[in-house]
Amino acid sequence: MPNVGLFIPCYVDQLYPQVGLVTLRILRRLGLNVEFPQEQTCCGQPMANSGCDAAARPLAERFLELFGKYEHVVAPSGSCVSMVRNHYDHWLHGKPNFEHLRGHTFELCEYLTDVVKVTKVEGKFPCKVGLQMSCHGLRELRLARSSEQMTAPFNKVRQLLSQLRGIEIVDLSRPDECCGFGGAFAVDEEAVSCLMGRDRIDDHARAGAEVIAGYDMSCLMHLDGLIRRAKRPERVMHVAEILEKAQLS
Amino acid sequence: MTGHAEKAAAFAADESRTHWHDESLWFVRVKRDRQAASIPEWEALREAASAIKTHTLSRLADYLEEFERNATANGIHVHWARDAAEHNAIVHQILASHNATRLVKSKSMLTEECHLNPYLEARGVEVTDTDLGERIVQLRKEPPSHIVLPAIHLKKEDIGELFHIELGTEKGASDPKYLTEAARGHLRSKFMEAQAGLTGVNFAVAETGGVVVCTNEGNADMGTSLPPLHIACMGMEKLIPRAEDLAVFLRLLARSGTGQPVTTYTSHFNGPLPGGEMHVVIVDYGRSRILGQQTFRSSLGCIRCGACMNTCPVYRRSGGYSYGYIVPGPIGSILAPQRDPRMHASLPFASSLCGSCTDVCPVKIDLHQQLLAFRKELVDSKVVPLQKRLAMAVMGFVLSRPLLYRMSGSLLRALVPGLPRGLVYGTWNRWGIQRELPTMPKESFRDLLRKESS
Repeated sequence: MPNVGLFIPCYVDQLYPQVGLVTLRILRRLGLNVEFPQEQTCCGQPMANSGCDAAARPLAERFLELFGKYEHVVAPSGSCVSMVRNHYDHWLHGKPNFEHLRGHTFELCEYLTDVVKVTKVEGKFPCKVGLQMSCHGLRELRLARSSEQMTAPFNKVRQLLSQLRGIEIVDLSRPDECCGFGGAFAVDEEAVSCLMGRDRIDDHARAGAEVIAGYDMSCLMHLDGLIRRAKRPERVMHVAEILEKAQLS
Repeated sequence: MTGHAEKAAAFAADESRTHWHDESLWFVRVKRDRQAASIPEWEALREAASAIKTHTLSRLADYLEEFERNATANGIHVHWARDAAEHNAIVHQILASHNATRLVKSKSMLTEECHLNPYLEARGVEVTDTDLGERIVQLRKEPPSHIVLPAIHLKKEDIGELFHIELGTEKGASDPKYLTEAARGHLRSKFMEAQAGLTGVNFAVAETGGVVVCTNEGNADMGTSLPPLHIACMGMEKLIPRAEDLAVFLRLLARSGTGQPVTTYTSHFNGPLPGGEMHVVIVDYGRSRILGQQTFRSSLGCIRCGACMNTCPVYRRSGGYSYGYIVPGPIGSILAPQRDPRMHASLPFASSLCGSCTDVCPVKIDLHQQLLAFRKELVDSKVVPLQKRLAMAVMGFVLSRPLLYRMSGSLLRALVPGLPRGLVYGTWNRWGIQRELPTMPKESFRDLLRKESS
């Protein structure tokens, strides 16, 4: 069984520990040998996305040091995985283990569908669910075909969730519009960010979603913040929380 | 100086109008999707367009000279302008040598970029923009708010009011057909009186020495076939090598931009009218500097279709003017800080980096990656305020020290729930203006893991 390094993004560690825990349980239940390197902190994305490479680079170097030794690295986040896969290259190019790390760091859903090759998801989730296809997972990891692309449709998240008994995945009028989180964008461009978020929630609600599900807690944190302020009935869930009780094979 | 965020907030404050703006542009995006989906080889076309542009830019000097030779052989006068000032002076000199004081223009973002209209008007030339949307914003003394849909920020009622004042239409009229007929009548007289016509250029073909102009209103054709003098102004990146390359770009341009299979008029100008004169002004104005930058070079491949604006969730909710540059949206947010990094420093940050622009771009410019790369440029050149750079340095410092990181996290989670709401949601907290903070859990994942393992 492969040796899996569990990468829990900093804000998941601190604010959504439950999501980390269910991710760990899902992986362990598949018989994987999962380790959580205690010295991990953050992938560096907040600094890198603000243009502050000097502040981000040491974190990339630490990440390679901590995770380079694992056969696979898995995280319950599309955005942080994209950071490793698509944005570390100019700092770590040519460093030992980097090519391996980059090629073997996975977001949870794609790890389940592409690496573990889960084909059967047995369990139930009798609920109307709207998928929030967060942008970096969608367009930088290609967890699904984006609506702009004219290629054969696929969606790895839907592929997993749709097998649950009783689940109804609703169709949104804009299947993959950005929620407006965008890291520092959420505060730098507060007005547009919140309007984007409310528009997204409205789209989910109009489609009948009771749960807004996604693979990036950061986007869901932003939507949840808007939902709770407006005392709306919708709730957000990480895909791992929905899959927690299911049998994957 | 206010940046994009402040202007965007002012635009978005009128939520119903913002939603109308968003829906209008999303409608164009949906039309684009439908048209793109009708072409089975769509992605291959984008790939081909990108490859042709990359190739052309790698030999731009050669193709420009080839174009000049062939255009000259066709009887076209070719002029070279280093910057906006030279461009404007050349155009004025051509007009002056023909004693032309009445000019009709079809759409040209380059002349907007060079501020040609005020330059000519100050020298006694009457300039009439003849694209309907352009004419509307010209009458309002505004710049265009979108490069393909210049008056997209206006409702038909706004235009009815404008035309009532400017063209004497009935008060309160808002029927698009009635208003368009009025504009048509008004423009017809301008065409008849014009002594020269100026157009932009969508594509300049090196092997033929001709230029191609795409419009929906036929105004470029009218403006170049009535008066004997035609001036075409182009950025030097508009070159394509061969006429057959048009087969790639013309299939992409209108589908991407407006969701039409092709523009109503695709006009090929390969030489002057019999007895007339044709001039092409080729402008650098910062383009050769961009050509020298590997990270940003591909932005010169832009064919100005506007698809990145239509798809951008920020542009749709902040309006063209929030960008404060003649080209707004994702592509403008890369081009503007090339022109003046300090004045346009906020633009690369006016994006959630969602990447929709990159996926929609018909020539595959990696727009959101370039926005990100520009942030780094602005930090490295210290254009980004010290406060922000310091905050990131501190954050990086904490996050690269596991113990410090864990202690800060624990402190935050222990402290925040006990604080009075008024303090937590004070004016310092921009997250909390419209959003709740996440509920702080007692334990971190690390804490839970320890329990899970024991």
